[in-house]
Amino acid sequence: MEQFLQVLLSGLATGSIYALAAIGFTLVWQAAQTVNFAQGEFVMLPAFFVLIAMNSGLPLPLALIVALAVSVFVLGFLFKKAIVEPMQKHGNGGGLSLIIATMALAIFLKESVKEFYGAEAQPYPPLISGGTWNIGGAIVSVTDIAHLAISLGVVVGLTLFLNRTRTGRAMQATAQNPAVAEILGVDTNRMVLYTFLINAALASLASFLITPVYLAKFSNGEYLGLIAFIAAIVGGFNQIRGALAGGLLIGVLDNITATYITAEYRAAIPLVLLIGIILFRPQGLLGTSEGRTV
Amino acid sequence: MNAIPKWLWIALGLAVLIVAPIGQGNYFTLILCSWLMFTIAAMGLNLTLGYAGQISLAQASFMAVGAYITALLTLNGIHWIVAMPAAVVACFFIGLLVGFPALRVKGHFLAFVTLAFNTLVVLVLRNEDWLTGGSYGKFNMPRPDFWIFNTARKSDVLGIALSSNQKIYYLCLITFVVFAALMYGLIRSPWGRAFKGLRENPIRAESLGLDTRRITLLAFAIGSAGGGLAGSLMSPVVQFIEPNSFALVHSLRILLMVVVGGAGYFFGPMLGAAVVILLPEFLRFTQGYYLILYSVAVIILMVYSPSGLMGIGDRILSKLRPQRVVRGDMKEGAQL
Amino acid sequence: MMKRRTVLGLTASALMLGVAFAPAQAADTMKIGMVVELSGGGAPAGTNFRDGALLAAKEINASGGVMGQQLEISEYDTGTDPQTSRALVQKAIDEGAYNIWGTVYSSSTIVNMMVAQQAGVPQITGSEAPNITAQGNPYIFRTSYGAQKGIPALTAYFKDTLGAKKVAVAWVNNEFGKGGHDVFVGEMKKAGIDVVADIPSEAGAADFAADVARIKDSGADAVFVYLHEEESARFLREASKQAVQAKLVGEVTLTGQKVIDLAGDAANGAVAHVGLTADAPLETFKTFKAAFEKEYNRAPDHNALKGYIGAYITKYGTEKAGAVDQEKFANTMHGLCLKAAEYPGILMDTCWDDSGEMSRPSFMIEVKDGKQVVGETVPAN
Repeated sequence: MEQFLQVLLSGLATGSIYALAAIGFTLVWQAAQTVNFAQGEFVMLPAFFVLIAMNSGLPLPLALIVALAVSVFVLGFLFKKAIVEPMQKHGNGGGLSLIIATMALAIFLKESVKEFYGAEAQPYPPLISGGTWNIGGAIVSVTDIAHLAISLGVVVGLTLFLNRTRTGRAMQATAQNPAVAEILGVDTNRMVLYTFLINAALASLASFLITPVYLAKFSNGEYLGLIAFIAAIVGGFNQIRGALAGGLLIGVLDNITATYITAEYRAAIPLVLLIGIILFRPQGLLGTSEGRTV
Repeated sequence: MNAIPKWLWIALGLAVLIVAPIGQGNYFTLILCSWLMFTIAAMGLNLTLGYAGQISLAQASFMAVGAYITALLTLNGIHWIVAMPAAVVACFFIGLLVGFPALRVKGHFLAFVTLAFNTLVVLVLRNEDWLTGGSYGKFNMPRPDFWIFNTARKSDVLGIALSSNQKIYYLCLITFVVFAALMYGLIRSPWGRAFKGLRENPIRAESLGLDTRRITLLAFAIGSAGGGLAGSLMSPVVQFIEPNSFALVHSLRILLMVVVGGAGYFFGPMLGAAVVILLPEFLRFTQGYYLILYSVAVIILMVYSPSGLMGIGDRILSKLRPQRVVRGDMKEGAQL
Repeated sequence: MMKRRTVLGLTASALMLGVAFAPAQAADTMKIGMVVELSGGGAPAGTNFRDGALLAAKEINASGGVMGQQLEISEYDTGTDPQTSRALVQKAIDEGAYNIWGTVYSSSTIVNMMVAQQAGVPQITGSEAPNITAQGNPYIFRTSYGAQKGIPALTAYFKDTLGAKKVAVAWVNNEFGKGGHDVFVGEMKKAGIDVVADIPSEAGAADFAADVARIKDSGADAVFVYLHEEESARFLREASKQAVQAKLVGEVTLTGQKVIDLAGDAANGAVAHVGLTADAPLETFKTFKAAFEKEYNRAPDHNALKGYIGAYITKYGTEKAGAVDQEKFANTMHGLCLKAAEYPGILMDTCWDDSGEMSRPSFMIEVKDGKQVVGETVPAN
C-alpha cells in the first residue's frame, strides 16, 4: 500500500509536467492546426536560457524572467512568423511539409544547444525547494506537490482566461471558425499569435519545473515531446482539461506499470494506450467528438 | 533538355551506377550501398505517402522486420534468395495489419499510430533476446553466394577484380533496378492511378467505384514490403543489426528523404535519399555544425518549396520554358 | 615538409574537407584514425576520449613521435550510430590508418571491430562490454578492462564487507548494462546471495520513482547500480528522496565526478569499484590531471584517461615491436606487461592477454561530503 501510494504520487507529480507541455501543444493545434514535432525541444530550451542568464551573473529570479521573455519571443513569436506563417501563406498550413519543418526545427534546436552550450548534462537549480513530507508512508517532496498545484493552477487560470475575458473568447472563436470570427471583427491573426505566445510560456514553465529533475541536457526533448503528443491525444485534442488528464494518466500509468507489471515494456504502455485511443475513441477520453473548442 | 529522351537519361544514370564503385575504396562503396537501400525503403514510403497520401512513420520498423527475418534465416543456413522473399512477404502482411488503422483515421492520427508501432517494434526487438539477440543484436550474417558471383569474397569477374563490398553493391543495384521497374509498372497501372485518385480526392474516388478500403490497405502493404526489401539487403551488407538501427529517428529520416526529394515524384526518393545520406558526407568539414546547417536547409526548403527538390526542378523548368518564348519574340523583333 | 609536420587540427580538418592528399603515406608521419562518438548520445564519452588521446598525441609528438614518426590524427564522428561507425572505420582504413582509436560505446565497437580485423589494423578501444574480447579478434585492445573482470571484484565487497544476503540490481537496458547485469547476477548466484529485485531501465530514463520504490519494497540490503552517469545521478537523487537505507554500490560510473556534480548531496555514501579515476592517489594520475586541466580547462573523466592511455599503447606497442608493422604490433601486445615506472604514459602497471583484455590494479571509491575518497586498492587479477 505504501508502495502504491508512493508510485501514485510520484506519477501524478511527473504527469503534471507532461500536462503543461501537452496543453500548449493542444492550444497550437487548435488555433493553427499545427502539429508541433518540436514541442519537446520547446521544453528543453528555456532551461538553457536560464543557465546562460545565470552564467552572465544574473540571480535566479531575474534569470527566469529573462529566459521566459526570450523563450516567448523565440519559441512563440519567431516560430510563428518565420516558419508557420510563411508556410500557411504558401497554402500548405497543416500539411506534411509543416510536420517536416517542425521536425527539422527540433533537430536545429537540439544540435544548436549541443554545439553552443555542451553535450553533457548540467545541474540546474530547482525553482521550488523544500524538504519531503511523509504521507501515509509515501515520501513526497514539496517540489512534487508544488508541480501538481502549479499545473492545476495553470489549467484553471487558462480556462478562466479563455471563457471570461474578451480576448479569451475571441481566441476561442478564432479556433472554432476563423472565417466567421474574422467577419465578427476579431483580429484572427493576432489571436493565433497569442496562442503561440501562450504555448511558449507554458513550455518555459514546464522547462523550469522539470529540468531540476531531468538535468539540463540537449536531448531532453526527445522523450518529452512524444509524451506530450500522447497525453494530448489520449486526453482529447480539443480540451485543455483533456491534456491535463492525459498527462496525469500517463505519469501514473507509467509508474504503476514499471512497479507492478514490467520494467522492460514500460515504454510500451503509453504507446499501446495511444493506439487504442486513436482507434476506438479518436476524440480522446475527455474530448467531444464534434467541433473544436479551446 | 527535352531533346534527349527520358530513356537515354535513365540508361546514362544506370551506366554511372554500374561504374561508380570501380576503383573506389570500401567506404565509398558502402555509402553507395546505403544510398541504394534507403532509396528502396523511401520508394516504398513514397507509394504510401506520395501516391496514396497516407503518412507513415513506421518505415524503419519494416526495415527491421525484413532485416531480422533475413538475418535469422541466413544465419540458419538458408540462402538469401529464399530469405529475402520471405522477409518481403512478411512485411507485406504486417503492412496490411498496420494499414487497418488507416481505414479509420487519417493524417496526423495515422502518423501517431505508425509512430507508436515503430517504437513498439524496437522494444520487442530489444526485449525478446531469445529470438533477436536483444540489445546485442545479430551479427556476422553471411553474404550470399551466387555460384559464379560469390559476394562473400573477392575475385575476378569478367576480368575485373571486385572486392566483396563491390559485389554486394551490385547485388543492391540489381535489387534496386528490379524494384524500381516494378514500382514504375505499378504506378502506370490502373492500381497506380487508383492510388493517386485516393490522394487527390478520396470521396470522388469512392463515387467512381473504387474500393478505397482495399486500395488504402494495398498502398500501405506494398510500401511496407519495400521497407522489408531494404531491410533484407541491410542484413548481408552491414552484417550487423541491432534494435536502435531501426528506431523512430530512422523512420523520420526516410520520411525526410521522400519529402525533401519530392513526395509523389517517381525519382523523388532517389534524389532525397542521396541528399540525406550524401550531404552530411560533404558537410562533414563543418564538424558539429552540419546537422544545424542541414536542418536549416530543410526548414527553408519546406517553407519555399513544400513539394521538395523535384518541385523546385519543376518550377525552374516551367520558368525556363516561357523564357524561351520571350527570347523567340526578341529574336523576331531583332530580325524585324 | 614543415607544413606536413603541423599535425592534428589542420591536417584533420583538411582531410575532412576532402582534400585528396590521402595517398602516399609519408615516412615521417603515422596516420591514426580516431573514430569516436562526437555527437549523439555518446558525445560526452567520445569527446573526453578524444581529448585525452589528443593530449597524449601532443606529448608524444613533442618528444619525437613514435619511432621517429609524428602522429597524424584524423577524427571521424560516428554520431553514436553503430552502422556509421563501421563505415567510418572502413574509411579510416581506406585512408591508411596505422591504428584505430575508439570507439567508446560497445554497441559500436562490436560492429566496427570486424572491419579492422579483416583489414588487419590494430584497434584500441574504450569499450568495456565483456563480449568485445570474447570474439577471438587478434587486433582489438582495451584501454580499460571489461565488466566481466571489474564486477567480480565487487563480489567480495558485497559478501564480506557488507555481509549482504539480499541484493537488488538496477541496470540500464542496453548492451552496456545488459553485459554488466548478466555478469553480476552470475556472480551473486555463485556467492549464494539472493537477487531480490532486478530492474532494467531505458537509456536516458529520467523518472526513477518506480524503480526506487520497488527496490525499497524488496528489502534488499544492498543495491548494485549499473547505469550511465546521468541516469546514475537521477537514480541517486530519487533514492535519497525516498530515503533508501540499503548501500548503493556501483561499477565505474556511480561515483564519477560528473555524477557527484549532478546528484549533489544525494551522491554521499555511494560506493563504486573503479578501474580508472583521475583522482587515483598516484603521481602519474596527478600529472595527467594537471596537464589535462591546463589544456582544456576542465576535469578529465575515466574516458579521457582511456583515450590518453590508448595513444600511449600505440607508442609503446610499436616501440616494443621494433617496427611500424601492424601485425608485429598485435603480436607484441599479446601478453605484454608494461610498468608505469618505465612507461609513464600507461599510468599504472598493466598487462594485456591474448584476447586483448587487460588487467591492472583498481580502486574502491566512496563519496563523502561530495568528494571522491579513494579507499583500498584492489590488486590486478
